[in-house]
Amino acid sequence: MRKGRIKIDRNRCKGCMLCIDACPKGEIKQGTAINKAGYNVVEFRNNGECNACMLCAISCPDAAIEVIEIIEDVKK
Amino acid sequence: MSEKELIKGNYAVVEAAIDAGCRFYAGYPITPQNEIPEYMSHMMPEAGGTFIQAESELISINLVFGAAAAGARAMTTSSSPGISLMQEGLSYMAGCELPAVIVNVMRGGPGLGNIQPSQADYFQAVKPGHGDYHMITLAPHNLNEMYDYTFGAFDLADRYRNPVIILADGLLGQLMENIELDRTKKPELLNAPKPWALTGARGRHGQRILSLLMQPGVLEKHNFKLKEKWDLITKNEQKFELTNMDSNPDYLIVAFGTVARVAKGTIQKASADGIKVGLFRPITLWPYPSEALKEAAKNVKKVFVFEMSLGQMVEDVKLALGDASKIEFYGRPGGGVPAAGELYEFIKKRVK
Amino acid sequence: MAKERVIYKKPESLTDVPFTYCWGCGHSMAHKLIAEIIDELDMREKVIAVAPVGCAVFAYDFWDFDVTEAAHGRAPVVATAIKRVHPDKFVFCYQGDGDLASIGMAETIHTANRGENISVIFINNTNYGMTGGQMAPTSLISQVTTTSPYGRDVKNAGYPIKMLELLSPLQGVKYLERVKLTDVPSIVKAKKAIKKAFVNQLTNVGFSMVEVLSACPANWKKDPVKANKWIDEEVSEYFPVGKIKDIT
Repeated sequence: MRKGRIKIDRNRCKGCMLCIDACPKGEIKQGTAINKAGYNVVEFRNNGECNACMLCAISCPDAAIEVIEIIEDVKK
Repeated sequence: MSEKELIKGNYAVVEAAIDAGCRFYAGYPITPQNEIPEYMSHMMPEAGGTFIQAESELISINLVFGAAAAGARAMTTSSSPGISLMQEGLSYMAGCELPAVIVNVMRGGPGLGNIQPSQADYFQAVKPGHGDYHMITLAPHNLNEMYDYTFGAFDLADRYRNPVIILADGLLGQLMENIELDRTKKPELLNAPKPWALTGARGRHGQRILSLLMQPGVLEKHNFKLKEKWDLITKNEQKFELTNMDSNPDYLIVAFGTVARVAKGTIQKASADGIKVGLFRPITLWPYPSEALKEAAKNVKKVFVFEMSLGQMVEDVKLALGDASKIEFYGRPGGGVPAAGELYEFIKKRVK
Repeated sequence: MAKERVIYKKPESLTDVPFTYCWGCGHSMAHKLIAEIIDELDMREKVIAVAPVGCAVFAYDFWDFDVTEAAHGRAPVVATAIKRVHPDKFVFCYQGDGDLASIGMAETIHTANRGENISVIFINNTNYGMTGGQMAPTSLISQVTTTSPYGRDVKNAGYPIKMLELLSPLQGVKYLERVKLTDVPSIVKAKKAIKKAFVNQLTNVGFSMVEVLSACPANWKKDPVKANKWIDEEVSEYFPVGKIKDIT
C-alpha cells in the first residue's frame, strides 16, 4: 500500500470538515486548536492509514492541505 | 503643416481622437452625436484600433473602463441621457484612476428632452456622480476647439490618470465649419509607460485596479491622495479666454461653449452703441478659473452670466466672485439657443 | 531512509492570503480550481481577470495574477475590452448570480451574443451572499431568504432563471456547462469543465461559460456538509448539471 501523510495549513483551514467527510481512512479529525481567524482547525491522526489518495486535499476548498507521498527505500 | 478642412463638429472629434492615438472606441447611438460612432466605425478599424457599437451607454463606459485598465487610449461619446447612464462607470474610473476621454454633445432635458443644443449637463460634468471626485471638463466653442480639446484631452487624461470630459452641445456637434488642423502635432504622452496597467504579471506578482478599499482609513487615505491630484490639476490646468478686455469694459459677460460664441456677437452690437462689454469664457469648467474671473470682474459694474440652462455655471460664478450683487443671469433651457441680439436686449435693459 | 514527495499543494497562482470566505463556501473551491488550472496551463503571467461585485470582489487578494474590479454586473464588458486590447492575453471574468443574472443580464447576453473570446465562471449560490442572503434571480422556488421570508413566491418573483439554457440558443456561444462541487468526483468534473472553457479561449474557439452550483453555508444556515447535500438533492434538481452546449 502506498504511504502518505498530510500537512494542514492552520492559517488556511476553517474546520469545515469536508476533508473528514472525504477521507476513506478516517485519518482526519476535528482538532482542539483555534486559529487566528477563530476557526477550530482539523488535525491529521497519523495512524499509518494514509495512502496519499489526495481526496481530502481535493475536497478542501481552502487549499489548506498538502499531501506528501512517502516512498519507502526499496533496498531495505 | 496645417490644412484647412470643411468639417462637421462631430467629425472633428473623431479626427482628433485618431490623431491623438485613441485606439479604442465604444459608443451607442443617440442624437445629436450619431456622426461620431458612424464615422468612428470606419476610421477606427482603418487606424488599427477597436470599434465596438455598445448595446447601451452602460456597456460603452464599461468597455472604456476595461480598455483603459488594459492601457489603451480609449474614448466614448454620447449625449445627455446617455451620459446619465455612464455616471456609475465614471465614478469607478475616477476611483480606479483610469484615464479616458468622454464627449458629451449635450441636448435638451430633463428626461428624454429634445435634440436641440443645451448646456444643462454642466452640473453633471463638474459636480458629478457618487463619491468625492472630479473630472477635467473642457468646453469648446468652435470646431477648431472640438478638434484641439479632444486631441489634448488624451494627454490630460493620461497625465492625471483621470477621465476628461469634452462638454460640447448639439450645435457644435452638428455645425460645419472650415477649420485649420495642425496635423504635425504629436500627442505628448502617447508612448509614456503605464506601469499600473494590466498586461499580465510577467516576472512580477499580480497587480490590481480597484476602488474598493474596505479597511477602515484606507479609503479615506486614497481620497486624500486623489485630492492632492485634483489640487494639482486645479493649480496647473485652468484655462479661459478673454475678449474685449483691453477696452476696459464696464460690463462683463461670462459664458462658455456655444453661448460664448453667441456672446461675441453681442459684444459687437453693444460696442456699436458705445457700450463696452468684455467676455470671460471659461475653457475648463472644472477646474473653474475662479481667480481669473475674479480679476476680470474686478472693475465692471455688472456681470452677465448667460447659459443654455436655468442657471448652473452661475453658481460657480457666484462662488468665484463671493458677491452676487453684480450678477445678472439669463438662461434658455430645454434646447433654446439665444441670439446675439436677444442677449444684447437683456444687457441694454440693465445698463444705464 | 524513506523519501518524501509532495503530490498536492496550494497552487502557485494563489497568494499566501487565506481565503476570507465563510467555511465551506464554494467561492474558495472555485478560486482554488481556477488557480490550479492556470498553473497547469502555465499561464499565470498572461492572465488578466475581472472580479465581480459580491463576495468574490476580494478575489484579487487571493489570486496572484492581474485582476481588475468591475462595477456590479459589468464584468463581461470590462473583460471584453481587455481581451480586445490584448488578444494574446488570457482574460476571464468571475461572477456571482446577482452580478451575472440580475444587474448584469444585458451585459451577459450581449457579450455572449457577440461571441467574445473570453471565459466566464458563473458562481450560482442562489442568493446575494455578500449583502446578507437576499433573494437572487436564481433562488429556488420556496427558498427562504432575507427578502423572501416566506419562501420565493413565483407569483411575485417569477421563476429561478436558468442562465445557461437562456444563453444556449445564441450563435456566438460555444460552450456551456453546469457543474457542482459537492464531492470529489463532481469537483474533478468541475475542474475539467473550467479547464475546457479556458482552453477554448486559448484556441480561439470563443465564448464559454461554466456555471458552478456553489454552497453558501452561512446564508443557507447549513453546515458545509449539509449545504453540499442540499445542492445534490435540491439545487441540482432545478439546475441540472452537465453540458448544456458544446460546439467547440
